[in-house]
Order: sequence, then C-alpha cells, then structure tokens
Amino acid sequence: MKHSRLLLLTILTALLLFAAGCQGSPAESNGNVQSAEEPKDLILATTTSTQDSGLLDELIPIFEEEENINVKTIAVGTGQALEMGTQGEADVLLVHAPAAEQEIADSGDAINRKRVMYNDFIMIGPKEDPAGVSGLPVQEAFVKISEENAVFISRGDDSGTHKKELGIWEAAGITPSENSGYTETGQGMGDTLQIAADRGGYVLTDRATFLAHQDTLGLSILVEGDEDLLNIYHVMQVNPEKHNKVYAEGAEAFGDFMVSHETQKVIEEFGKDEYGEALFFKYTE
Amino acid sequence: MELLIEGLKQAFSMLATGDMQLVEITLLTLRVSLSAVIFSTIVGIPLGVALGLSSFRGRRLLLSLINIGMGLPPVVAGLWITMLLWRNGPLGSFSLLYSPFAIILAQILVSLPIVIGLTSSAFQQIDKKLLLQIKALGASKVQMIFLLMKETKIAIMAAVMAGFGRVIAEVGAAMMVGGNILGETRILTTSIVMEVSKGNFDVALALSFILMGLAFAITFLLTILQQRKQIQ
Repeated sequence: MKHSRLLLLTILTALLLFAAGCQGSPAESNGNVQSAEEPKDLILATTTSTQDSGLLDELIPIFEEEENINVKTIAVGTGQALEMGTQGEADVLLVHAPAAEQEIADSGDAINRKRVMYNDFIMIGPKEDPAGVSGLPVQEAFVKISEENAVFISRGDDSGTHKKELGIWEAAGITPSENSGYTETGQGMGDTLQIAADRGGYVLTDRATFLAHQDTLGLSILVEGDEDLLNIYHVMQVNPEKHNKVYAEGAEAFGDFMVSHETQKVIEEFGKDEYGEALFFKYTE
Repeated sequence: MELLIEGLKQAFSMLATGDMQLVEITLLTLRVSLSAVIFSTIVGIPLGVALGLSSFRGRRLLLSLINIGMGLPPVVAGLWITMLLWRNGPLGSFSLLYSPFAIILAQILVSLPIVIGLTSSAFQQIDKKLLLQIKALGASKVQMIFLLMKETKIAIMAAVMAGFGRVIAEVGAAMMVGGNILGETRILTTSIVMEVSKGNFDVALALSFILMGLAFAITFLLTILQQRKQIQ
C-alpha cells in the first residue's frame, strides 16, 4: 500500500516536472547550432492542397536551412489565405486563384507576384457516369450535370478549387444552387471527396488530392485535359509598405526560392516515387 | 475491419521503430495538455472553493457564466484567442500566435470553467452542519478548507479529469491558434485531422490509438489517485 502510493506520487511529480520543464524552451528542438542568430519566423499562408500533397514538407526544410528562417506554414483555403494577406497576418502567400490574386495585387496588399507551378483540375464521378459526361469539355459536362440534375458535390468554402468551379458554372451561364443535386460541403478537398464517394456525386478536384485518396473512393476521372482546368499557383509577398509588421526580407527570399532552378527541379520530381507521375509542373515566368 | 487492423499494426510499428516525428508530436501533446490542465487545476480549484463557500451579490450570475463556460465551443475559444494574439490584435507585438503557448491558452479557456464549476458544485453540497462542527472544534480557515477538500476529494478529482478530457480531445482551437505546424504546434488531434484529409486513414487510425492510449494512461493514474482510500 505504502509503496504503491510512493510510486504514484513519483509518477505524478515526474509528469508535473516534465510539463513545467518543457515550458520555457519552445525553440529548443529547432535551435540552430551553427549560427548564433535566432531564426526569424516567416508566416506562409497557403492552400491545403500544397500541404496535403506533401510538397511543402519537401521544400520548406531546404528553404529553412538555406536562409536561417523558421517557416510557419498555415494551410487554409485560398480565400482565407488571401484574407490573411489583406489583413497583414501573413508574410507570404502561395495560392491558386488567379482572379482573386489579381484583386489583392491591384489593391496593393500583395506585391512581387510570381508564377510558380501548375497542375490540373479534373472532374471525377461515379464509374457508371449517370449524366454521361465522360470525355466532354468541362463546360459542356457542367451543363449536362445541371440538365440531368445529377448529384454534384462542391467545396463551398471559397477555396481556389471552389473559385475555379464557380468560374466554370458562371461561364456556362448556370446558377448551380438552383439544382437540388448541388451540395456544398464547406470542407477541405479530402473530406469533400469522401462525401462525393459516399453520395455517388460528381466533383471537381485537383489531381494531387485525388491521387492521394483514390484507393478509398471508387470514383473515376471523367473529364481532364481541358485548357479551362489548368490550376496555376502563384507566390506573392504581403506589401510591407501597407502592413508594417510583415517580415519583408524573408517573404522576398521565399518568393525567389520558389522560382529558383533547384526548387523547380524538386517540384518536378515530387510525387514520381509514390504515384508514378509528377503532381506539379514547372511554370515560372 | 481490415483498415482497423491495418491501423493497429501501423500504431505498433510506429511505436516500435520510435518514429521521431511521432515522438515529438506525442511529447508536445502531453506538454501542452498537462500545462493547461495543471494551470486550470491550480487556479480553478481555489476559485471553485471560494465560489462554493461564499455568498455575495451576483454569485448566481457568475455561476451561470461559469456553467456556460463549461460548454464553450473550442472553435469559439480559438477564434477569440486568434483575435487577441494576431499581429494587429492587442497582444500582437509578442508574436504568440501559432505557438504552443497559444494552444495552451485556448485549452485553459475551455478547461478552467470546468474545474471551477465542478469544484464549486462539490463545495456547495457540503453539509452545513459539518461546517458548523468544524468551526466549533476551533479549526482555522486554512485547516477547514483542507479538511473540506479531503471530504470532496472524489468530486475534485473528477473535475480535474473532466478538464483533462476536454483538453486532450480538443482540436478546433488547436488547429486555429496553433496552425498545425510540424515540429512546433502539431499535436496528435491536429495530426489526425490532417492525415484524414490527406487520405491516410491508416496513419490517422494509428494516431488515434496512440492518443487514446495516452489519455487512458493519464486518466487511469488520476482515477487511482481519486479512488485511493484515505490513510489515517
């Protein structure tokens, strides 16, 4: 009895000490031994697709090593990432919604916008293809889905993919929310794909996320290769003249890093091991 | 079913190989949750005791506020902390957003009301006659509170466990104020969300088993402490 009590007390004290001891040293694990200078924090607001594909896990450590900068990657929808830029809450943005990007470049919130890479969007759906859209150009496929009132699952979260989808509906002259088969999830790409699989719906997705999920989905690619489906990523830094708290040098260095020759080589090789095909393609200016 | 077994296998192999990333994430989870719960305990119990024993104007209002705080949605806590800590917010100059500290703060915000609320309930239930008797025996205020805490130990430990449960399970706020940054603010719950959205269900399952194992181990310790018989 006495012993077990002692043991218990020891364990609890150890836990307490552990919690208290770690407290003061958050930067301990990434402390840089070679350089005496503490790495500065750079906040990168980006889209879930770059993080979920694993691309950033490859690139960020290289950049951190080169520049002695600590990158804080915040992966959110493109809408939120752009808003973080507009508010001056991020230093640098890596996003994929060209029209919306142009707006914040025009407003002067973001500068130094550079094209980095592209991949493509695809439309996937049930193998049986109830609306018969397989192989059609994307706009016609959307019209067909609307006419058949087929189930279409939309991100509905103001992300780059969602903006792309809305752009196609608009070009086709359709208000999708009028269809009862149109469903908005308000979630990330991965979750939206799972919901589409569950309901047997059509969905517009980036190829990288689809490849990561395809084993569990049972949906197939129905529309691809259309020029309208290009998914272009840009990097841009938040304007330090408008937002005085941003880390401008770090942001500029990150922009340069993304379009550098070495980085582009890493991007082009990325994904070949796991999926047998590249997920992103070089597309610098 | 197959996936479940796959997840279990994965959990064991991740633990057996001592996956450094996993170790780091698990340690951070422990550090953050324990810090939050210890703070909530140290601050919450005295406040709960005071609130349970005293009577003053506005006490009912205060109690209602604490009771609603017990159900404070983590995303609300996360949103508030974000507004407080971000660059253009009141505490922006300390650059605390996207740090473990921010997660601890959010977790305190959701667990402190639980500890205060449940502790004060326990103290309100104490028999008034017992209070009188203790006073009559000439106990000092400190002695009295000490005695009463012994009396309500089971309920107080339950309050701590409920607080711990809230904190270890929390994901919405941790995602928002922490940012799920690898090596800095990625904890087990946010990793699970991320692995699911990556489509790595086996890894997510493996992490869920590790999280539950951790939660069980700590709750078990606290339960032993709670159920231990008083040694005279």
